Amino acid sequence: MNFALDNLLGFGNLFGNLLGKLSFDAIQHGPVIAGAQVSLLLGAMGTVALLTYLKRWKWLWNEWLTSVDPKKIGVMYIIVALLMLVRGVVDAGMMRAQQAVSVGSSNGFLDADHYQQIFTAHGSIMIFFVAMGLMFGLINLVLPLQLGARDVAFPFLNSTSFWLFVAGVGLMNMSLVLGGFAATGWLAYPPLSELQYSPGVGVDFWIWSIQIAGIGSLLSGINFLVTIIKMRCKGMTLMRMPMFAWSVMGSMVLVIFAFPILTATLALLALDRTFGMHFFTATGGGNPMMYINLIWAWGHPEVYILILPAFGIFSELVATFSRKRLFGYSSMVWAIGAITFLSYVVWLHHFFTMGAGGNVNAFFGVMTMVISVPTGVKGFNGLFTMYRGRIRFTTPMMWFLGFVVTFTIGGVTGVMLAVPAIDFQVHNSLFLVAHFHNMIIGGVVYGYLAGITYWFPKIFGFKLNERLGRYAFWCWFIGFLLAFIPLYILGIMGATRRLDHYDASLGWQGLFIVAGVGVMVIIAGIGFQVLQLIVSIVQRKSNLDTTGDPWNGRTLEWSTRSPAPFYNFAVLPVVSGHDAFWSIKHSRAKETKPEYQDIVLPRNTPMGMFIAGFAFLFGFAAIWHIVWLAPLALVGVIGCIVIRSASDNTEYTVTAAKLAKLETAYAKEQAA
Amino acid sequence: MSNTAVQPVETAQSMEHDNDSKTIFGFWVYLMTDCVVFASLFATFAVLRTSTFGDPSGNELFSLPFVLVETLILLTSSFTCGLAMLAAHRKDQAKVIAWFGVTFLLGIAFLSLELTEFSHLAHEGNSWTRSGFLSAFFTLVGTHGLHITTGLLWMIVLLVQIAKRGLVTSTMRRLTMLSLFWHFLDIIWIFIFTIVYLVGAV
Repeated sequence: MNFALDNLLGFGNLFGNLLGKLSFDAIQHGPVIAGAQVSLLLGAMGTVALLTYLKRWKWLWNEWLTSVDPKKIGVMYIIVALLMLVRGVVDAGMMRAQQAVSVGSSNGFLDADHYQQIFTAHGSIMIFFVAMGLMFGLINLVLPLQLGARDVAFPFLNSTSFWLFVAGVGLMNMSLVLGGFAATGWLAYPPLSELQYSPGVGVDFWIWSIQIAGIGSLLSGINFLVTIIKMRCKGMTLMRMPMFAWSVMGSMVLVIFAFPILTATLALLALDRTFGMHFFTATGGGNPMMYINLIWAWGHPEVYILILPAFGIFSELVATFSRKRLFGYSSMVWAIGAITFLSYVVWLHHFFTMGAGGNVNAFFGVMTMVISVPTGVKGFNGLFTMYRGRIRFTTPMMWFLGFVVTFTIGGVTGVMLAVPAIDFQVHNSLFLVAHFHNMIIGGVVYGYLAGITYWFPKIFGFKLNERLGRYAFWCWFIGFLLAFIPLYILGIMGATRRLDHYDASLGWQGLFIVAGVGVMVIIAGIGFQVLQLIVSIVQRKSNLDTTGDPWNGRTLEWSTRSPAPFYNFAVLPVVSGHDAFWSIKHSRAKETKPEYQDIVLPRNTPMGMFIAGFAFLFGFAAIWHIVWLAPLALVGVIGCIVIRSASDNTEYTVTAAKLAKLETAYAKEQAA
Repeated sequence: MSNTAVQPVETAQSMEHDNDSKTIFGFWVYLMTDCVVFASLFATFAVLRTSTFGDPSGNELFSLPFVLVETLILLTSSFTCGLAMLAAHRKDQAKVIAWFGVTFLLGIAFLSLELTEFSHLAHEGNSWTRSGFLSAFFTLVGTHGLHITTGLLWMIVLLVQIAKRGLVTSTMRRLTMLSLFWHFLDIIWIFIFTIVYLVGAV
């Protein structure tokens, strides 16, 4: 092991080698990894070949990669997140397959170390690169439109955030080829994640991919909060905002106060590993428990960062598809406020068993139960909105109903886990795994999938195929129950999480096989979604959204045409109450001739991509201890920022005349 | 964008104003996130303050008079930064550059003193690898120093921009943010002085 040698030589060795720890030995091999590498390579080559064949490189660069239009950034976020979802699901499938066969004398097809890397990668990918990516994607797509704004507060920063996210994704996937990933679990608890016990570069890959993406998320948090506070159209007071905007506001406040803690904590772990400090080490006066506290002081708010916008999506679509105003608007707002606050005072329930004492555990247990109250308010208000509504059972509505069922199961088991005495029994068991998947799949994933279906026509101008969407929903719903209900039972029977082998006499194999079948049903659901996308694109002519309002919506995003023009609204809307678009549609005010004004919009720029590119190099250098590259990359980042700040030519004007021309051209096209 | 001739003067101005308030509000929010980073590091320091692992603790290592000099220099730099901003609001470009020049030099002086302290400690074998306490000390104080360095770099870039463009809207906006940043670091330093050095000395 060359790593062990590096380790012995310690800090001095950093200067020894031009490529740091990087060498040919670092290339990963093995049959399963080779499969992943080949698919990565084929995917990349296929994309390059396709783009070249279709001569789309210039288009890709000008229209997408350098774009600062939040709608395009949103689409790119979602594409990256869905690709990562596929990788995360493949990881999940491998884990369940291993558990279904690795009984008694059989050891399955994965060795222990590889299995550990897979579950670490699965968790990290699903939270940081799938859930966060889908969330920021949807916020980018919808938030400015809902607020009646033309853009986010800081468009360039928005593009930078996105590319930092991509840089994180890049580093994470690079570990498939070079050096391997962390084998520590998705939160990399020390002392296991310290150099002494994880001498390879896996943990460093984990740290830097998440650090870079996390800084992007933090910047996005600032960006969207300022957008909500400062960019609402005339007449839209805070209490008239759509519920999705409120939920994003709660979520972004959480990002702003929670992500800096993550940044600091990851930096401290990196300092321990790179410079031999003693924050979380087992010796030298380090305190591993401090890490657990810090990481969950970020980690628990993170759960609500993800779920709040999903709640917001459900609130929007349940009102639309029930054709009723959302029940209990102000109680919903207060519920979001309460969740935002309470999510900071429950973090310790993640480690009741670590000996904080009865009183401390009791406080956090009670707080955890309290937070289920505002969460319940949100669920009930959704159901009350349906009561006596004219309900249409479209695919997004199916996701909502599925959410009500799965999220309630998860909520009930969550309240069980909030009791410290119960938690001591099922801590770190599959019961816990089943619980949080109930919340994350049944809440977050269902919510974002519903959101994508709901807002798809606004971005692309045509609806997704309903029938295939429903098939996908049923596969996800049934697959989910099959995959996770057995885990509750197994958890109570004593099966721990992260288990790669167990004794045949325990009699667990049957339930593990059921869980594995469940994963396959979910994969079938994803298959239907891919098919849905293809079929919808092919048959888009028959699903065109010509009105801009395909669902008879209530909020401002439906008042502009589909696909929304790059300037969002030709004339900025003026709002006089809740459900702004609904009242515009139903008011008898005569349509006046629109008065166009000049619009100032940001120019496209690749600078955000360059900054993230240098950040990627910095992360790479930090992982492999390439001493000359790290400062160089840092200079690159600073240089890009300075060049950008010196540039005057960052905006352009769409004149009123040009705008009028674009609008008439569209109207003519509509008429024809 | 106020340069675009087609735009009526009034809207152009109000838009510019709007941009300003947006950016400065955003910068305040950023400062709050940075505050949380420092809060995490302070908490870490508080936990590890006594984790000296049998090695020297704060009152054996720190020299209060030395740190007092550092503190006074940084406080003075905040004062000169304030004078520069007053000059900026009077549109007195020469004074702005002069006072920010003084602020810059004081910042450099502060940073050199800090680095002197650090190298002194490291040479006596009390580097960050020695104990949890020293790791926390170097990280907390060093992160502040890193921010000061960033502020100094920012000052250079901004002064060059002012020399080139004058005190226009964009440079004024950035000056406002830089001075916010500088005062913020001053406040953080007051906490470092109190919690790390004063409490450490007793």
